[in-house]
Amino acid sequence: MRVSMDIELKDTPGQLLCALTPISELRGNLKSIVHHHEERTPRGTIPVQLVFEAEPDNLDAIIKKLKKNGIGISKVDEKRLIEEGAVILIGHIVHTDIQDTIDSIDRTGYAEVVDISLSMPHINTASSASLKICAVGIKELHEAISILKNIAEKKDLLVVEPIRAEFS
Amino acid sequence: MKIIRASIIGFGSVGQGVAQVLLQKKEEIQKKGFDLKVVAVADSRSAAIDEKGLDLEKILKSKKEIGRVGPETLSGLKVIRNVDHEVVIETTPTDIETGGVGLDNMLTAFEKGMDVVTSNKGPLALKYGELAEAAQKNNAKFRFEATVGGAMPAINLIRDSIAGNSIISIEGILNGTCNYILTRMMEEHASYEQMLAESQELGIAETDPTYDVEGIDAACKLVILANYVFGMKATYHDVDVKGITKITPEALSLAQSEGYVIKQIGEVKDGFIQTSPRLVPESHPLAVGGTLNVVSVQTDLAGTVTSTGRGAGSIETASAILSDLISIYRED
Repeated sequence: MRVSMDIELKDTPGQLLCALTPISELRGNLKSIVHHHEERTPRGTIPVQLVFEAEPDNLDAIIKKLKKNGIGISKVDEKRLIEEGAVILIGHIVHTDIQDTIDSIDRTGYAEVVDISLSMPHINTASSASLKICAVGIKELHEAISILKNIAEKKDLLVVEPIRAEFS
Repeated sequence: MKIIRASIIGFGSVGQGVAQVLLQKKEEIQKKGFDLKVVAVADSRSAAIDEKGLDLEKILKSKKEIGRVGPETLSGLKVIRNVDHEVVIETTPTDIETGGVGLDNMLTAFEKGMDVVTSNKGPLALKYGELAEAAQKNNAKFRFEATVGGAMPAINLIRDSIAGNSIISIEGILNGTCNYILTRMMEEHASYEQMLAESQELGIAETDPTYDVEGIDAACKLVILANYVFGMKATYHDVDVKGITKITPEALSLAQSEGYVIKQIGEVKDGFIQTSPRLVPESHPLAVGGTLNVVSVQTDLAGTVTSTGRGAGSIETASAILSDLISIYRED
């Protein structure tokens, strides 16, 4: 998952290292760091914004280590589902149990259907839908789409997925 | 100047296109250091032979007026067997069930040590390995740029322009009819059936469109790429094929509101070949419209290289055949 974290550093040498070491020790992958050296919080500390990817299970341990190192943490935002992909479904989408189709993705625990637009022009003709799927990573997004394709095959629905280049 | 004697076997739209192009480009060919002399032309029921070189203008006229290329009744196969020449331009119609007469024509030419330049997909989609082996064994050249995407460089792009690169994968639009129908469905918000009818009226789709719209034509081209580029021993039966007949105008609109177009995309990776409707970002190089074809080749050194062009038409296909002929015999 992707974590955005606002932290506060004392204005003494070596503080940034104290903040970053726990993240790398717990196999976090630093994505961006903004160090506002000219700014000060009301507490006289330097505000720093971090974005990193980490295993969900390791986040508590990272926070604990940061606190132990004397780093102030003012805000933590977690974004678990960081990859997003669209697919189009064509066929008798509603009559083949749309809830079950969506559940097949949601049940995975690593991907969710976050948006669906449905177009049903006439009774007895094929419907079309666009689904937005979010997943914890690119591999999981692929996995989710291939689960959807399996279900769709059984229900005689056509899945139109993005080209490979979209995912690289 | 070196004289190369050629036969044109198959004189339908592509064969006639070749004859026109050879007439039109006589000087350009000579500038490449050789003279191409057509000594035999055969269609399905007649033949014309002249060891001193045929008058192609006269043959085109005869085909148009009386439906025959000449007085002889020799088959293409017999022409290959009995008339001395260096290169067979094989343009008989594609037969993907058996390979048709094209397969025998090509194998016989190779046995005699003759070079073959072809636009005929059937034999390559079924027996590429056998053909390539026969060519190699007899030290003959085998060129087939025209089988994949007409005038659009694909095979020769990979063989020459980006030679030395490892090819990771190939994606592309390899059927102009599907591309036309999908493009028009989106523009007009019209049904598949309506736009199929329009493309039939314009001569873009055949009366029986199955071969194009069910993805069979694209599958054959993908097999040729897979066998040539990745050394696979695939036939078109190995391709996972989904056509465009189920695509709805609503699906195209929904895709568009997400920033995508729907295109019939073929994909080849080592050990994996498929063709199916896919979502392509509107600004992506693969999102070409109308009847255009396009291939994107992912390589290790050059990154992604994309080529686009007209995938069908008699002169366009003849252009690919001409470039193959020049690449074999040029001396400049």
